[in-house]
Amino acid sequence: MAKMTGAEALVEALKRQKVDVIFGIPGGAILPVYDVLYDSTIRHILMKHEQCAAHAADGYARASGRPGVCMATSGPGATNLVTGIANAYMDSSPIVALTGQVPRPMIGKDAFQEADIVGITTPITKYNFQVKKASDIPSTVKTAFYLATTGRPGPVLIDLPKDVQTETAEIEFTDGIEIRGYKPRYDPHPLQVKKSAEMLAQAEKPVILAGGGVILSNASPELLKIAELLTAPVATSLMGKGCFPENHPLSLGMVGMHGTIAANKIILEADVLLVAGLRFSDRTTGKLDMFCPEAKIIHIDVDSAEIGKNAKVDLPMVADAKMALEAIYQSLNQQMKTKESPWRKRVQVLKEEVQNKSNNNSKGKLKPADLLEQLRKDLPEDAIVTTEVGQNQMWAALHFKAYRPRTFISSGGLGTMGFGFPASLGAKVACPDKPVVDIAGDGSFIMTEQDLATSVLEDIPVTVIVLNNAMLGMVAQWQRLFYNRRYSASELKGIPDFVKLAEAYGAQGFRVESLTDFSGAVRKAVKSNVTTVIDIPVSPEENVFPMVPVGSGLKDMIWE
Amino acid sequence: MVVAKQESHIIAAIVEHKPGVLYSVSNMFRRRGFNIESITVGPTEQEDLARMTITVNGDETVVEQMIKQMRKLIDVVKVRRLDPPTTVIREMALVKVRTPDARARSDIINYANIFRARVVDVSTEMLMIEITGDSDKINAFLDLMKPFGLEETARTGITALSRGTRSVRME
Repeated sequence: MAKMTGAEALVEALKRQKVDVIFGIPGGAILPVYDVLYDSTIRHILMKHEQCAAHAADGYARASGRPGVCMATSGPGATNLVTGIANAYMDSSPIVALTGQVPRPMIGKDAFQEADIVGITTPITKYNFQVKKASDIPSTVKTAFYLATTGRPGPVLIDLPKDVQTETAEIEFTDGIEIRGYKPRYDPHPLQVKKSAEMLAQAEKPVILAGGGVILSNASPELLKIAELLTAPVATSLMGKGCFPENHPLSLGMVGMHGTIAANKIILEADVLLVAGLRFSDRTTGKLDMFCPEAKIIHIDVDSAEIGKNAKVDLPMVADAKMALEAIYQSLNQQMKTKESPWRKRVQVLKEEVQNKSNNNSKGKLKPADLLEQLRKDLPEDAIVTTEVGQNQMWAALHFKAYRPRTFISSGGLGTMGFGFPASLGAKVACPDKPVVDIAGDGSFIMTEQDLATSVLEDIPVTVIVLNNAMLGMVAQWQRLFYNRRYSASELKGIPDFVKLAEAYGAQGFRVESLTDFSGAVRKAVKSNVTTVIDIPVSPEENVFPMVPVGSGLKDMIWE
Repeated sequence: MVVAKQESHIIAAIVEHKPGVLYSVSNMFRRRGFNIESITVGPTEQEDLARMTITVNGDETVVEQMIKQMRKLIDVVKVRRLDPPTTVIREMALVKVRTPDARARSDIINYANIFRARVVDVSTEMLMIEITGDSDKINAFLDLMKPFGLEETARTGITALSRGTRSVRME
């Protein structure tokens, strides 16, 4: 027990959670906490918009596997976090958001900068708190981090009325926490393990479909073992990208609306589908009743509510992906040996067959596919890539091969334009020794480019690659394909000049128009370790193909 | 068990007894497009826990999803679907009926007696009746009262308990 203020208790509680960095912006209702932070060893990174603070915390969490922390004041500070929190919720990313709140007696009186952030974030957080007294802070913080990082991870928000921050109380830091309504289950059921091993051992055309849960549970080694034992090709969702090395012969790449031809074709031929840490999102499955109609589906998910939510499955398994895959592997290993199967041949042949099917509408400009393949060559294996949302993201998913988990970070569920750049800052803070690159489009980057200032001022050097088609490219693609080329409100006309923009913030900017120059600029950016924006004009006519139109099954994929 | 589509189901839940829990439960139902027919909340034998009884409409898959999504909420400690044949299901209603003349008044009191309802307030122009039972019984009583002129009704929504030793409670 010690006498301290709520703000002091908060900072001490964060330290006990091993928080080393907070992304935030101060304001009236959170000032007592900032005052304590002034003398603290915790690094505070001053962002230029609260949305970016939340995305940076998210990027930090995804790159490191540790929870990210963001902070904002009450009212608009808190509501500006909302997009970032929703984004983390959709992608099961462990972040803890701290918000100031008006003093307790003012709550409900529509005070200056009051917003009901607990009410607003209830449907987009795993859990949220409003702290009612200073002595509750230690257990609240502990519970918040526990909830954010265990089971299916997700964002947790702690709302801190200003007078709770200034209140002095006897504060006790206890060890245990008890949440009687929350008991995540990690162990797979032995009977289900046995059954799924039998199904897989008997399968002639097994396919593995891996999602973000495999990355969250650090299950990549187990996934690799099981895939090699079964000689089962592995497709991933966007969120799963990186959980299986994409240069592996069994890798199919991403499946879904903009999945690879190989993945979308092979998955339809599967007789048993082993699905791990994936929630059958519409972007992954296409029309659900046309998704793997022939396959028996084994579904592993740590969140029991995901079982049967979207897809009907034959064998559900509520468990941690790592533990479940290991258990299935052990069971399989006792009953089978890896063998040369016709299925493996078929996968190989199909992969080669479709390799060179790639469209060309580049109109003399650089092709995104070539740029991203070149980028892979210019970056070390452990480099971290984030993406924005839209064509840039889908090109990156298709053409930039990720080799390791936590090296491909993208806004999957919410599809948040403007996510990639602040997420890259968070990733770089988490992994300062790795090069971090944001693959961007012009439309997305201008949504959060103001945090170039943060990148420069806080010495968080990242590289932004702007595939600049002077359009909201994915919107334009849909208008081209489904709206008779009526480009309603999708033209950006090449404003601003990204090189000058970079320079205005004290970053370096390059404009490149050849692959050689691009490669040179990337290498220079990585080597110089200076915040860099590389602007690359690409054709506005370029589409992302393959594509499965909305409402169609994977078999109706178009690729030109 | 195959249940016909869009049937009513009763879900009982033990939840943390604190502000915001009803909001998070009802908000989850709203945002996932689940329909609540009625919801009742009250304290339990344990003072930090409350009990919710939710009547919902939906097919088997939907109800299963509802229960899973409820279970996922941190403040929901226990959830179970109650099986109607082995459950005592009750609702209470307070009904104000107009009594234009003495004949009507005595008819209403007779009906109330038949339904084991009680007259709880009398004025020159109105009777207030308290009735308890399952929803069908209350509906039937209200239908009988309609011709007299229903002034006002207040129904509590359903509350329910499993028969015998099968319980939804903290161990």
